Amino acid sequence: MDSTRSNFFRKTFLRREWLLVLLIIVINVINANLSPYYLNITNLFDMTFSFMEKGFIVLIMALIMITGNIDISVASNIAMSSVVMAISYQSGLNMVICIIIGLLTGTLGGFINGYLITKFRLASIVVTLGTMSLYRGISFIILGDQAVTKFPEKFAYIGQGYIGDTPIPFQLVVFIVLAIIFSLLLHKTTFGRHIYSIGINENACRYSGVPVDSIKLKIFAISGFLSALAAIFLTSRIGVSRPSIAIGYELEIITIVVLGGVSMYGGEGTIPGVVLSLFLVGFVRYGLSLKNVPANMIIIIIGLVLIFSVMIPNVLNELNINKKLKRRV
Amino acid sequence: MNKKPLNKNSWSIFVKFRELGIFIFIILLVIIVSLRSPYFLTLSNFNVILLDISILFIVAVGQMLVLLSKNLDLSVGSGVALVGMIVAMTVSKNWNIQPVVAILMGIGYGLFFGALNGVIISKGKVSPVIATLGTMSIYRGLAFMISGGAWVDAVEMPESFKLIARGKILGIPNLIFFMIVIFIIFYYFLNYSKIGRQIYAVGSNREASKMAGISIDKITFLVYSISGILFGLGGVLWVSRYASAQSDSAMGFEFQTIAACVIGGVNIAGGSGTLPGLLMGVLLLGIINNALNLIRISPFLKLAVQGLVILIAVITDVLIKRRVQKILLLREKV
Repeated sequence: MDSTRSNFFRKTFLRREWLLVLLIIVINVINANLSPYYLNITNLFDMTFSFMEKGFIVLIMALIMITGNIDISVASNIAMSSVVMAISYQSGLNMVICIIIGLLTGTLGGFINGYLITKFRLASIVVTLGTMSLYRGISFIILGDQAVTKFPEKFAYIGQGYIGDTPIPFQLVVFIVLAIIFSLLLHKTTFGRHIYSIGINENACRYSGVPVDSIKLKIFAISGFLSALAAIFLTSRIGVSRPSIAIGYELEIITIVVLGGVSMYGGEGTIPGVVLSLFLVGFVRYGLSLKNVPANMIIIIIGLVLIFSVMIPNVLNELNINKKLKRRV
Repeated sequence: MNKKPLNKNSWSIFVKFRELGIFIFIILLVIIVSLRSPYFLTLSNFNVILLDISILFIVAVGQMLVLLSKNLDLSVGSGVALVGMIVAMTVSKNWNIQPVVAILMGIGYGLFFGALNGVIISKGKVSPVIATLGTMSIYRGLAFMISGGAWVDAVEMPESFKLIARGKILGIPNLIFFMIVIFIIFYYFLNYSKIGRQIYAVGSNREASKMAGISIDKITFLVYSISGILFGLGGVLWVSRYASAQSDSAMGFEFQTIAACVIGGVNIAGGSGTLPGLLMGVLLLGIINNALNLIRISPFLKLAVQGLVILIAVITDVLIKRRVQKILLLREKV
């Protein structure tokens, strides 16, 4: 029973990722036909600028959602880290120290989430709902309606630079390195197996000695750290820090993760899946924007893709089960 | 045999205590704020607070039903904006539409969009968060599409439509009247009707309710439809109250409704929560908002305070619960 079940799961995982690859190919063919500017190496590389920051958080959000939790405070945490970094730069500190302060702020934000969730056994959605307002509010308290600009020129390289003379953005390289680390972490280590098992049955994990609380605390702290990292890249890319940056990122990130095959109920999902889905959403957005499709239409399309990508396999599965049951009867 | 009534009894004490806790918190807040601002404790200010919270309360009731059945509705904010926009655009083109018809139209559209959520979740077997996350984007996008990003201004709406939210029935402002009617209807529905109790049952134990013959799909469809009706009503009231329909209005409203529920003691994992508790939660949010304005604290503080209140509310809740459980355990040992 068990082996057939894991076999079944592996098959569905495979199917999900192949489906994503297929969709990416289809989207690329459509896009290439729609616009002559699409299949241009420089354009394709530059396109990644628009979603790499989200990509950092997508990686850890996948882990969090596989454990059956969620972190909706990430976008607010980006704003808080960015604002704290900017304000410490404004007060005359060295940029490197400011970056470190920013990273610490974000990590602290994530740690607080994890601490409240594990210490009081609270639902992660409730805690991060609270800190979502709290962190965004703190950013507004610090900067009000001001904005910080005029960062040093070298800082701009982080979010806008390329590797040497190649058209490969620095951001993309960082993302690829992170994606490899996360894939190894989730798929090749005990830590990764624990993450899946927490998602499948948290109580059973507690009884069998899996350090559930410490793992949860770690992934939420990492989520904070990566939010801060995203904040640095985002601030550097747009060259400005405001309390209102990254509004709505949490929903886009969750959409990407779910589209990548991570189950909302925990226990399912892979890093390759969410990376593919990140690029899929990126390609869709890029193609549509080349065709001057309004942003609101893009929102609707992504919403539809999200619902149908989950609904169609589910309904098909249901029909299959019904058929089998009838045969048995 | 002896255990059962004891258990039930202490739970009801706990539930009462829960609401009492927020009530005491509200009283303390009122005392502190009225020391700082004498205007706070006047009848007209109380009226302002009630007007401010009424739409939030109406939409939050729908959210509460959804949460009780162990689901989640993230599309309410977009729903308010979309239905508000549709109704405002229709009314601005046909000035002779009666206010009652406008309200019914809002409810109708709301029911449609809510039912759509319900179908996707119950028949499409999509998890509630994903489904409503999707429809949240779709409804918001639709609101932008049909309006082309333009506003419907106050001058484009007939006076009678604006009076929906500003008029009075029996000396009570309409918005408060709506709030009271919704409270009474749903108080009866949740506590005394069969379906109301089934919603609680589904939320506290899905498998057991299935065994008891409750159709989970039906209840899911129902709570989302009701949530739709209420956000539809909320949409009409919103547009009428602010006398303008914007496609980006009510952004983040879904989180406010969830926050109100959580503060009011509705269990996000389903099965428990009361309407008076929710009213307290909404009232607390409203009072804080009003108080911050009156004391002239920077508006930038509002968001942070709201977040802190949510966290404090849920943490005290857990601490109280733990204490109650400890006492229960001790009693059982004796």
